[in-house]
Amino acid sequence: MLAYIIRRLIYAIPILIGVNLLTFALFFMVNTPDQMARVQLGDKHVSQEAIDEWKDQRGYNKPLFINTRDNSEGLLTDTIFFDKSLRLFVFEFGKSDEGRMIGSDISERMWPSLALALPTFIIGITVNIVFALFIVMFRASVFDTAAMVFCVALMSVSGVFYIFFGQYFFAKLWHLVPISGYLSGADAIRFLILPVIIGVISGIGGGTRLYRTLFLEEASKDYVRTARAKGVSESAVLFRHILPNGMIPILTSVVVVIPSLFMGSLLMESFFGIPGLGSYTLNAIQAQDFAIVRSMVFLGSVLYIIGLILTDISYTLVDPRVRLS
Amino acid sequence: MSEMMIKPVVLWSDVLIFLLVLAMAGFFWTLRKQPLTAKRWLSVFRTHTGIASFIVILFYLSIAVMDSLHYRQALEKVGDSDQVHYDQEVRSVLDWLLKDLNAHNETTYSEPMSLYSFSKINMQDDNGQVYRDYPRLKEAGSHIEAEEHKTADVLQRTLAAVLTGLLISALLIVPHYWLYGRHRQAIPWMTGYATLTALIVLSSWVLMLGQVYHVFGTDKVGGDTMYQSIKAVRTGVLIGTLATLLTMPLAIVLGISAGYFKGWVDDVVQYIYTTLNSIPGILLIAASVLLIDVYIETHPEDFNLVAVRADFKFLALCFILGMTSWTGLCRLLRAETLKVSQLDYVQAAHTFGVSHARTVFRHILPNVMHIVLISLVLDFSGFVLAEAVLSYIGVGVDPSMNSWGNMINEARAELSRGDVVWWPVTSAFVMMFILVLAANLFSDRVRDAFDPRFH
Amino acid sequence: MLVTHSRTGRPDVSASAATARAGRKTPGRVTALLFASLVAALVSGCGDQAWNNPHPSSESGQNIIYSAFSERPKHLDPARSYSSDEARFIDNIYEPPLEYHYLKRPYELVPSTLTQMPVIEYSNREGQPVAEDSPDVAYSTYHFELRPGIRYQPHPAFAKDADGQFIYRFNSADDAAAYTRFSDFTASGSRELTAADYVYQVKRLADPALLSPVRGLLSQYIDGMAEFSEAVTAARETLEPGEWLDLRPMDFRGLTVTDEHHFSIRLKGKYPQFKYWLAYHFFAPMPWEADQFYHQPGLAERNIVLDWYPVGTGPFMMTRNNPNEVIILERNPNYHPDFYPSEGDAGDKEAGLLADAGKPLPLLDKAVYRLEKEAIPLWTKFLQGYYDRSGISGDSFDQAVKISGDGIHLTDEMAEKGIRLEKAVVLGTYYFGVNMLDPVIGNTGTAEERAKKRKLRQALAIAYDAQENISIFYNGRGEVAMGPIPPGIFGYQSGKEGMNPYVFNWVDGEPQRKPIEEAKRLLAEAGYPQGRDAETGEPLVLNLDTTGGGSSAALNWMIKQFKKLNIQLNVRGTDYNRFKEKMGTGNAQLFQWGWLADYPDAENFMFLLYGPNGQVASGGSGVNSTNYNNAEYNRLFEKMQLMEDSPERMAIIRQMLAIVQRDTPWISAWHPLSYVLNNHWVRNTKPHGISKAVLKYIAVDPEDRQQAQHNWNQPVLWPLILVAVIILLLSVPGVRAYRQRQQRRIHTMTKAQE
Repeated sequence: MLAYIIRRLIYAIPILIGVNLLTFALFFMVNTPDQMARVQLGDKHVSQEAIDEWKDQRGYNKPLFINTRDNSEGLLTDTIFFDKSLRLFVFEFGKSDEGRMIGSDISERMWPSLALALPTFIIGITVNIVFALFIVMFRASVFDTAAMVFCVALMSVSGVFYIFFGQYFFAKLWHLVPISGYLSGADAIRFLILPVIIGVISGIGGGTRLYRTLFLEEASKDYVRTARAKGVSESAVLFRHILPNGMIPILTSVVVVIPSLFMGSLLMESFFGIPGLGSYTLNAIQAQDFAIVRSMVFLGSVLYIIGLILTDISYTLVDPRVRLS
Repeated sequence: MSEMMIKPVVLWSDVLIFLLVLAMAGFFWTLRKQPLTAKRWLSVFRTHTGIASFIVILFYLSIAVMDSLHYRQALEKVGDSDQVHYDQEVRSVLDWLLKDLNAHNETTYSEPMSLYSFSKINMQDDNGQVYRDYPRLKEAGSHIEAEEHKTADVLQRTLAAVLTGLLISALLIVPHYWLYGRHRQAIPWMTGYATLTALIVLSSWVLMLGQVYHVFGTDKVGGDTMYQSIKAVRTGVLIGTLATLLTMPLAIVLGISAGYFKGWVDDVVQYIYTTLNSIPGILLIAASVLLIDVYIETHPEDFNLVAVRADFKFLALCFILGMTSWTGLCRLLRAETLKVSQLDYVQAAHTFGVSHARTVFRHILPNVMHIVLISLVLDFSGFVLAEAVLSYIGVGVDPSMNSWGNMINEARAELSRGDVVWWPVTSAFVMMFILVLAANLFSDRVRDAFDPRFH
Repeated sequence: MLVTHSRTGRPDVSASAATARAGRKTPGRVTALLFASLVAALVSGCGDQAWNNPHPSSESGQNIIYSAFSERPKHLDPARSYSSDEARFIDNIYEPPLEYHYLKRPYELVPSTLTQMPVIEYSNREGQPVAEDSPDVAYSTYHFELRPGIRYQPHPAFAKDADGQFIYRFNSADDAAAYTRFSDFTASGSRELTAADYVYQVKRLADPALLSPVRGLLSQYIDGMAEFSEAVTAARETLEPGEWLDLRPMDFRGLTVTDEHHFSIRLKGKYPQFKYWLAYHFFAPMPWEADQFYHQPGLAERNIVLDWYPVGTGPFMMTRNNPNEVIILERNPNYHPDFYPSEGDAGDKEAGLLADAGKPLPLLDKAVYRLEKEAIPLWTKFLQGYYDRSGISGDSFDQAVKISGDGIHLTDEMAEKGIRLEKAVVLGTYYFGVNMLDPVIGNTGTAEERAKKRKLRQALAIAYDAQENISIFYNGRGEVAMGPIPPGIFGYQSGKEGMNPYVFNWVDGEPQRKPIEEAKRLLAEAGYPQGRDAETGEPLVLNLDTTGGGSSAALNWMIKQFKKLNIQLNVRGTDYNRFKEKMGTGNAQLFQWGWLADYPDAENFMFLLYGPNGQVASGGSGVNSTNYNNAEYNRLFEKMQLMEDSPERMAIIRQMLAIVQRDTPWISAWHPLSYVLNNHWVRNTKPHGISKAVLKYIAVDPEDRQQAQHNWNQPVLWPLILVAVIILLLSVPGVRAYRQRQQRRIHTMTKAQE
């Protein structure tokens, strides 16, 4: 097992290098350091001298890949690519173009993101499974069809609208929750209720449909038929056979997103003013702070790869027949 | 000015949408030779939802096609030169059709079907006193004198519109019924007819009332909201289809070579898509959109028209969107190719020394093409929805292009007003919801027909 | 259930109802449970607070003012910050030598930390004193005398142990590793403000590594600043990056510290506007201990920097700085005696602005600024009473105010809430500019061509209806500009004398835009009859460069303006970087730009069109975005710049305005107006166009506020109850159907599946 994980981690390295090369090329071809400096230094009275000084402080005055001025050890290391890209591998994110340390910002903003994403994720899955079970119980009835149409309708609404309506009714008209904002500690609950509910509702359509399919697939298997033929009650079939067995594909399919919960939700966080990583990324995109975007891309890739590894591991845990090799 | 003096303008996205329509027609034509696949597709249309949603999609598609026939009008001749110059503005056939909706601009917001502006302005009465009130709209309803005549006028026009709509529907449906509808009972034609009639009646109502009213109100600068949300159809339909279409060649080449050649080719392809997959989609899109902006900026001579620039940006956006999802298609194609290449006759072709290229084109490609179409259908609604979010983030389509995302983005401010300006966002919502719902329902049927898990 | 008015009673009822029903074994049980726990969470999370209170429950009833910020401040270092979003924080923390009188208009400078206004001494090249109006003036020296006894806020940089050694001084990053956050520095100290601190700050302004935005500008005036910059750069060569450079021993020719409380700054020549800079935070004192403290190894990696944690002598100090969430200013316990002014303008007494006269400042204990990026929540929270003050955005305008014959009033809804309306002064000008180097529309070519292009610009100026723009997009909150100088600044002229005669006619006592026919005539004379090139017939296409996309509504409106003349406007959206680059290289054609005053002097606006300030001429750093360069205008500017406000100065300004109006480098311009709404518990608000150091004067009535918040935020519970009822009703047939299913066994199931 350990050996397998180590091997998977080693496989991840070329992928991360690929990600890095790609983003590096994208970002430094898009925006030359001069242009970044102009954005950051603002409007009034900016001279070329100030720009050079800014580049110098941020380390953007170095060559991109190969430093020909330095003929010994600095040939490859004293470059923008090494500084800005390769250091990410040891999670040294460096400074944002504004001059803040990205690493400490990330570790601070991770928590609000988690506080929003984790409940949304857990409640979302629970609700979806409950609904799916419910529908499976009444499969092939009018209720089933109606529920499916309802799910499709829910899926067809852009997420932005759920937020519009939620904020308008719950916060503005009914004064039930604060319209936006965030406080740490126990005070956070009242800010999180609405976004969590909206997150759950906007996911119900797709989630319920998927899980219903998985449960139905399970329900059509031979052992379920046998159990029924033996006269096991419907609820026993449902809860003792279909649910536990149907959970396996569900759980293994959601494991991959768990690490990515750290990244937060761009849309929710920015609409509800939650200071998490999602809004951090969005602000960085809008302010063209490429140092942050680069770090977030890297972090996202790492988390995704961890998710993949976790998925593989979870297969072995739930199904002993699968061996990691 | 002569109406005939026009110069057709062909944008790249126009070419692609016509290509798409042709390809789809061609695909259904070839189905005649593949009875098994044809039967499955037929089963899609055998359901009520299948036929109804298909007709709705076709309806949207035809709006998009009409909006893709672009031209520039010639300008009046001035001076001694004989050279004809053309208007900078690129119009489409749809613009011509909707010219009544587009022509009557007000100054600012007005509610649906209203005769008055939604915002008060400073006005002066006869004594020179300044007061603030809702002004009468310049264009909408200018043919009637007062508010109390409106209801009668609207009813009268509605009646005329419904009758016209019914007449047109009858002209379309009756011949079809005589030719097919009576005989082929396998397909629920009645549902199809009902959907079609509803759509035609609705459009005729919009067109006829749009001549004198703003059916869905006006936006901040007095533009007709209905017109904008109809114009946005093209953006929505195109983004939904082109995202898959543009990255399709990549997915096909890589997917098939991975499945066919296996070995190191497979490894390389898998490496490429795992790498791309692991980048958070939204960030990849944001970075790439900025890149496109630079390209446009550094090549101004290639983008002298607003429409051309917007179109290029739009296509690039479609491509980038496609890049975030082509890996799924690629993986499916790889798996299917693996399966197909194990088939006896492919193996046989191989033993007889048929070249790789020939094997792929003759045996593999035709057998995996239906996957492309299915994934086109399945991914469609997701892309349409994504556009709204991207515009919110600021990396969506060009602001000069009508799109639902841009409308929703503007709505954020409109919803915070004391008197909520609800109609632009509602019209965008309704237009988008109908398309996405139809696409989702249709893709459900397609999945039912093709995915064995759903049997 | 809805009859009761006890706030804690209501949620209890619904919660118990939901839990009671949930006790039954129904399939809807989980949902009901979720719902019940939701209600329970709401109740427990809020206590007797309103449910939607966005502030911590513990703060209720305290003497705090709540505001919002939309962009996280980038720089809080007074040497670097140059934006009003940052100034609203640091100007209440740092104290420059001078400040503006809070109530008096026109703006008046008064001493802040000084005993009296600085004494200016003029001297010639040899250093001999000369009269102010002498032509030999080569230097002007400003002498400052500090008030004794002013102390810094408590800060760890000053913290000393019993032996008088600084506690927080580290030799390596490892020593500092224990301090991961600023709040980990628990000990603090203080000391008296000295003249050397002011001098230290001026030296910092000259330090090229600090990237002060005004270094270039001030180097032109402060004697020895340029040389000092070079010396600093040279001294830095030997240092590690990020290491502290002690500026104290380094010599700066123009700066002299006489003793603890006296110092002087020497300027080259005369620069009357310098006094305004002395009220700017750039000239706030900086203790060397703080500079040294923040430069210690390892601190910058944790964002513990001077640019982020200010240290000043002002009325407030920053106690929390989380730009992702909240910024908190609290009363500085060491603040020197300072009292609310006892005299103001006419009408101030009646407006209640002198009610607190003579009271010690600051009047608030705390100011909380929360991050609000979106307009909707901000406005909603203001209406709910959770923010004390708010601006009015275009979209909330008609909800907030109505305009009638006798002026502007609050709507009934606002009036009922007791909200107060204030007209704020914005000393600024937004304009639609032309790049004067552009071959099509700029000031280029032969004299004849230039005259033609001028007519083209004048035609556009007539066609572009700025008034309509203001009324659609800003609800009339603005005034069409006749020249760069906004109302409220010397040099502005209203009425017929101030009117731009190239765009307006004086009709019935007010300016009226010239008819569009006039513009068409000018256009024809410019060689484009009906918007087509007279020779080739080619349509005239002009390019507008915009940033950040812009709303399509605004773009469409702009296109409409040009269409009036049959000119086609091509809007080129681009990102900010490339826009700046285009401006810097003179490749833009039309653009929109704005300027907000640094100080209330005509020079600060007229220099926007001074030739040597041109973007291209200055390599992208100049403020003259149009690259307008008129020799006569330049000459007059150089003369006007050195004058005090006087009728002679006015005459020169009018000459300059006439030149600009004729040349039309700006097609259109307007001066923004803004309105501020105050909830009724806020006192002593008087908008100040320049100064941001006004927080100390403002007061709130916390009890009043608490009562209003309570009344305005009664939760509406019926939707929750409705949802609960629906779930219960749905579960009844659900249960029945479930029971039926239980009866049916395999045979019916298979039938159902077919």
